[in-house]
Amino acid sequence: MTTLPQSGTQVPANNTPKKPPVNVLGGLLTALTYLLTFLFFFPILWMVMAAFKTEAQAFQTPPVFVFTPILDNFRVAFERYFPALLNSLGAAFGSTILAFILGLPAAFALAFYTTPRSRSVLTWMLSTKFMPAVGVIVPLYLLFTNLHLLDTLPGLILMYTTMNLPLVVWMMHSYMTEIPYAIFEAARVDGASVWREFFGMALPLSLPGISATALLAVIFAWNEAFFALNLTTSDAAPLSVFIGSFKTGEGLFWAQMSAAAVLTVFPVIVFGWIAQRQLVRGLSFGAVK
Amino acid sequence: MKSLAALLTTALALGSAQAASTITVATVNNPDMVTMQKLTPEFNKLYPDINVKWVVLPENELRQKITLDVASGAGSFDVATVGAYEVPIWAKNGWLDPLTPAFAKNPDIAKSYNVSDLIPGVRNALTVGGQLYAVPFYAESSMTFYNKDLFKKAGVTMPVNPTWTQIESFAAKINDPKNGTYGICLRGLPGWGENMAVFSTVMNTFGGRWFDNNWQPQLNSAAWKNAMTFYVNVIKKYGPPGATSNGFTENLTLMSQGKCGMWVDATVAAGLLSDPASSKIVNTVGFANAPTGPGTTRGNHWYWSWNLAIPKSSKQEDAAFKFITWATSKDYIALVAKTKGSWASVPPGTRTSTYTNAQYRKAAGAFSSLVQKSISSADVTKATKDPVPYTGIQYVAIPEFQALGTQVGQYLAGAISGQTTVDQALAQAQAAAQKVAKDGGYQK
Repeated sequence: MTTLPQSGTQVPANNTPKKPPVNVLGGLLTALTYLLTFLFFFPILWMVMAAFKTEAQAFQTPPVFVFTPILDNFRVAFERYFPALLNSLGAAFGSTILAFILGLPAAFALAFYTTPRSRSVLTWMLSTKFMPAVGVIVPLYLLFTNLHLLDTLPGLILMYTTMNLPLVVWMMHSYMTEIPYAIFEAARVDGASVWREFFGMALPLSLPGISATALLAVIFAWNEAFFALNLTTSDAAPLSVFIGSFKTGEGLFWAQMSAAAVLTVFPVIVFGWIAQRQLVRGLSFGAVK
Repeated sequence: MKSLAALLTTALALGSAQAASTITVATVNNPDMVTMQKLTPEFNKLYPDINVKWVVLPENELRQKITLDVASGAGSFDVATVGAYEVPIWAKNGWLDPLTPAFAKNPDIAKSYNVSDLIPGVRNALTVGGQLYAVPFYAESSMTFYNKDLFKKAGVTMPVNPTWTQIESFAAKINDPKNGTYGICLRGLPGWGENMAVFSTVMNTFGGRWFDNNWQPQLNSAAWKNAMTFYVNVIKKYGPPGATSNGFTENLTLMSQGKCGMWVDATVAAGLLSDPASSKIVNTVGFANAPTGPGTTRGNHWYWSWNLAIPKSSKQEDAAFKFITWATSKDYIALVAKTKGSWASVPPGTRTSTYTNAQYRKAAGAFSSLVQKSISSADVTKATKDPVPYTGIQYVAIPEFQALGTQVGQYLAGAISGQTTVDQALAQAQAAAQKVAKDGGYQK
C-alpha cells in the first residue's frame, strides 16, 4: 500500500517536468483510496443498517437509506444467541490453543533442527489444505459418528485444530526462520538446552508472529460454516449455524438475519481491534522477508 | 474428556428436572415452525419426561443433513421436517419409520389423533404401500391473487376460475411500468422448488407431461413449447424487470406493496397478504383459483406439505411419535389459535375439522374455502392430461428430479432473460431429462 503513491508520482513527474502535479495526483489517489475502502466497507454498513430496519424496509426497492431504527430484530436474534456464542468462543479459542500447543514445537523443529525431509513435511502439511472440504465430509462424518463426536464441542475443537494446524506451522515456521541463527549458536555455546532455546528465545522473539497467527486462526475458526453445519446439530452449534437458522422459504428474513450477522461479527471486530498493533507488527514482520 | 461429558450430562439432567428422554427435532425457520418451537413448553405440560431440542437450518442444508444422517445411521435426529416430495422417496429407501404400526401400538393417541380427519389428498401423498410414513404439519396448494384496485382501474373483473388466456389479457390491460405497476408477477428464479413449481403447473394444464409411460421425456412436445412460450412471453411483456431473480419471497413483497396486478403462487401467501403487519393491500387483495390452460383442467394447482416424520436411525421412536402426533393434532391447531389470538394464523391445509370449524371460517373467510378446495382437489396421482409413470404435480417424485428440475429451471430462466430462445431451452431440457431417464435406469 505504501509503495503505491511513490511509484505513481514518479512516472508523471518524469513525463511533465514543468509543473508539479504531485498534489493533484496525490489527492486523486487519496480519494480513490477512500472510495475503495468505502466499497469494501459498504456491505458491512449495509448489513448493520438492515439489522435496524423492518423486514419490509430491508427488502424494499429502491433501497431505503433514511428510516427509523428499530431493535426488534436484535430481540429475536438474542433469543438464540448466547449458546451459539459460547460454542463459537470455545471452538475458536480451544482449537487455536490446541493448534499452537502442537504447531509451535513443530515449527521450531522445522526451522532450527532441519533434516533433509523438513521441506517435504511442510509441503505435506500444506497439502492437507488442497482438498475441498466437501471432498472429505463423508469419511469425516462417519469417523465422528463412530467416535461419538457429532454435535460435541470437543469434536468441533478437534476439527478446527486440524484446519488451523497447517496455518500455525507454516506461519510460525516463517517467523522463526527470520530469527538469526547465530543467537541460538551463541546460546548453545553457553550451554542452553533445547527447552531453553524454545521457551527462552524462540517463543519470546516470535511473539508478534504468534499474536498475528493466533488472530488469523481464531478468525478462520470463527467464520467456518461448512464443517459446523455438517458436524453439529444443536448442542455444539456455533454462530455460523445460528445465522443460517434465520433463512426461511416463506416470508422475509433479511433484517433478522442481518441482526444475527451483526452479533456474530461484533466479537471478531473487538478481538481485531484489541490485537491491531500486534497484528500489523506481526504481519509486516513476515512481509519484509 | 469423559468426566467433562459426565459433568455436562449431570448439569443437563439437573436443568430439566425429570427428563427421561431427549428428542432432537430438525426443522426450518418458516413462521409456522417458529410457532411450534415457542409452544414447546405446552408439549412439556403434557409430556414432562420428554426434553425437546431444536435444530433449525435453511431448507437445502436441512435436507442434505438429514439425508446424510439417516443414510449413515448416525441418529442425530428423532423428528425430521420432510417435504411432500421426499416422503415417498425416503420411505422407499427405508429411511423413515412407518407410522401405521405406531398408531396401532398407541390406541389412545390413535383415537384422539383421528387419522381419518386428515384431508384425504394429504394423507394419500404421505402413504406408501398402504403405510403412513409422515404426518402433515401444514399443507398448501397454489392459487391466484389479484389487486382489486388495479383491476377496477383497468376496468376488468377476475372470474373465480380464470384461464391463462384471460390472465394474459388482464395483465396486458393492467401493465403500467411507467408508474411501477406490472400486469403479473410470476417466479423466474431458477430452482425445482422455485420457477419450476409454478411453470410445471402451467405445463400440466397446457396438456404437457415430463415423461410418458415408457419414461420417454416429452419436453420437446407441442404442449411444452406452447407452455414455455406463453410463460416466457407473459413475464417479458407484463412482468417486473429482472424477473429471473424473483422467487416466492420477492414476489410476495412486490404484491404486498401493490406493484403487481396478479400473482399465481402458494396458498400460504393468502394469510400473509391479509396481514396488516406485512401487507399494504389487505383491503384490496382478491383471491381466485389457479388458472387453467388450453390443454386440461388437471394439474393446474400444486400440492405441497411440510410433514413430520421419524427417521429410521432415531433411538427415541416412542417419544418422537408422541411429539409428532401432538404437533399435528387438532388440539395443537386450537392451541395456536388461542396463543396467537386468531384462527387465521393456524397451520392450514391438513385437517377437515379445521375447515368445518366456524371460527376458522370466520377468520379466514375470504380465502379459507378456496384454499381448502385447492388442497383437497390437488391430486398427486392425476396431474396430467395423459398418463404418466410418476406421482407429483409440480415435481416428479424420483430422487433425480431435484437436480433435473433445477437444471430445466435454469434453461427456463435463460429464455426469460433472453439469453436463449425457447426452442434452445427446450432442446437442452429434453436432453437433460433424457439423460436422467436413461442413467436412472427408468427406461426399460
